[in-house]
Amino acid sequence: MLLTKYTLLYSMVLMLVALGGAFTEHSGVINIALEGTMTIGGLVGVLALVVLPAGTPAFTVVLVSVLAAGIAGILYTSLLAFASVNLKADQTIGGTALNLLATALAVVVVRRFNFGTQSAKLTYNNEPFLFDIGDLTVNVFLFIGLALLIISIIVMYKTRFGLRLRACGEHPQAADSVGINVYEMRWWGVLISGFLGGIGGFAYIVPAVQTWNFEVGVAGMGFLALAVMIFGQWKPGRIFFAALFFAIFKSMANIADSTILAALEWPKEIYNMMPFIASMIILAFTSKKSRAPKAEGIPYDKTGR
Amino acid sequence: MKRKNGSPWLGGDRLASIGASFISIIIGLLFGFLFLIVLSLINSGGEGFISVITNAWKYGFKQILMGGFYLPPISIGQEIAATAPLILTGLSVGFAFKTGLFNIGAAGQYTLGAFGALFCAIVLGLPWWACLLGATLFGALWGAIPGIFKAYLNIHEVITSIMFNWIGLYAVNTIMYGGGTGVMYDSTKTKVWDLRSLFPASVIPNMGLAAYFKNRSTTIAIFLAIVIAIVIYIVIDKTTFGYELKACGFNKSAARYAGISEKKNIVLSMVIAGALAGFGAGLFYLSGIAEWRPLDSTALPAIGFNGIAVALLASSNPIGTIFSALFISHITTGGSLMNSQYFPPEIADIISGIIIYLCAFSLLFKQMLMKKRGSQKLAVDLVDVTVKEPQQIDSFLPEEEVDGKEIDD
Repeated sequence: MLLTKYTLLYSMVLMLVALGGAFTEHSGVINIALEGTMTIGGLVGVLALVVLPAGTPAFTVVLVSVLAAGIAGILYTSLLAFASVNLKADQTIGGTALNLLATALAVVVVRRFNFGTQSAKLTYNNEPFLFDIGDLTVNVFLFIGLALLIISIIVMYKTRFGLRLRACGEHPQAADSVGINVYEMRWWGVLISGFLGGIGGFAYIVPAVQTWNFEVGVAGMGFLALAVMIFGQWKPGRIFFAALFFAIFKSMANIADSTILAALEWPKEIYNMMPFIASMIILAFTSKKSRAPKAEGIPYDKTGR
Repeated sequence: MKRKNGSPWLGGDRLASIGASFISIIIGLLFGFLFLIVLSLINSGGEGFISVITNAWKYGFKQILMGGFYLPPISIGQEIAATAPLILTGLSVGFAFKTGLFNIGAAGQYTLGAFGALFCAIVLGLPWWACLLGATLFGALWGAIPGIFKAYLNIHEVITSIMFNWIGLYAVNTIMYGGGTGVMYDSTKTKVWDLRSLFPASVIPNMGLAAYFKNRSTTIAIFLAIVIAIVIYIVIDKTTFGYELKACGFNKSAARYAGISEKKNIVLSMVIAGALAGFGAGLFYLSGIAEWRPLDSTALPAIGFNGIAVALLASSNPIGTIFSALFISHITTGGSLMNSQYFPPEIADIISGIIIYLCAFSLLFKQMLMKKRGSQKLAVDLVDVTVKEPQQIDSFLPEEEVDGKEIDD
């Protein structure tokens, strides 16, 4: 039961963030900054949760804090978009910088928020996010996640926007030649990942615990999502299953001590390691026919056509 | 077209590189000051604007600017001690840059290096120089992995490095903790055994530096780091071996055409980069005051990522790395000396984060500087390079396709 609970939780987190990553990369921008985006989204979401007065209706609490997380993510990734699209900067370095910046920012803000104690922890009430279905406690992000998954599939494959976005990641010159604004599409790709990544970060922090130490950021979850995205070959449907698969390992790490798995006497770190090892193995076998967007990582320059 | 000016981290016009770094530093510091002012504004109980600025200066920014000199000699010793490992992670990232690779895995190699150093000291009881070699070996091993994946399977080194950073961290924590009964684990203090009291032979000697700076963490590590920087400079710039490695970074196809085995060189580059990061960890964890807490180490060591900032600021020049490491350690030390009641020390991390962000497009600064100096021709060259340069990143693609693209263009 516990395993189901955590698997559902983590799979939605990983899926949301990996979907965000897929949107960015389909537009042709490498997104290493998922980890940082999650941290900032989580930070702002939790702050909204803490600041909202007690007695606010549960629905409002959820709506406001989730939107706050998403919008914070958008604002933060706009830094990546600006650097990589407009200034044609190195996307990997830009992303790395944003990851480092995010944790530092979060810690500074939280320490200042806890004036007097300098603690980097925030404590909040996560009840509005949890529901009981029979014996199983699920959180609101299950529904948000599934809804966003369906929307993502539709947007990416059934709309003109999705087609154009993918064109920019495959062959921006061709896209430009038929009148698509490559810069604009790439901005969209990055900002969508900000929205999804921000919500993902919030979804990771809030449902499981009531206190979060921002010194650890989101503890590598963003990088795991990057692995999920690759494992899912940049396709939303596959990303869903990849996220589920990774989430099972991640949950096993969480509950290893309290279940039948304890009999194996494997340290929980083994389970933490497994998703990363699994993605490396898959990568090793699939590298020859990788489905990565072809123009990913290459800044687009109109004059370079 | 001249490819001499390659990408921002491959050197190019030295003066413009230094200028671009200074612009990044100044903007980074300005943002840091701005942050302090905002924090100071929140702290102020309706005081005037002047006192807000004064407080931000007096209790925060002054310390950052003065760094170790704020509280001599102790904090100078601290700054020097922190610089040594940073030089090495900077060299690690910079060396990989020079050969066209982005070693985001320095943090993981550093983690393995820490393990190697502590293992040699605690389990094998080796003297300090042998422990340093052990650290280097473990770092090199962890660096080899992304190199092999890149060379033989065409998987981008950034992806492999990121995955193996975490695998390394979890592995090291597991082995050190050993379920609470690991040989290296002191369960009464919930950390790895103390080197200074139990294995004094494994601690790097300080030759009186510790007494001079009244700070036990100051050892001869800084001199070792500088020596390594000079060695790397000679290897890269003065030897055929270094030239071959660099050639692979500039243009893989051309290097292959010239008979250079690029697969072997990719692996070698990453091995050396990993060895450097591992050595850096040795310098830090054998200083006698650093400790590893397997239960609390849930994040990768920041020093590995700060190495990226160091390398970028130095445009990957090994000698420049000494100074940029000194700078990063200067502001970090300064950050820790601020009045933490009002100004969290992580402000320094924000500054270095901003600096890395700015370095991502330092090419832009370089262009501006070059135009100012009136060397139009060089500027034109650089504009050309802006278009071509990304191919060195060659995305996360199998190499054949990228090569094809280069020809298309």
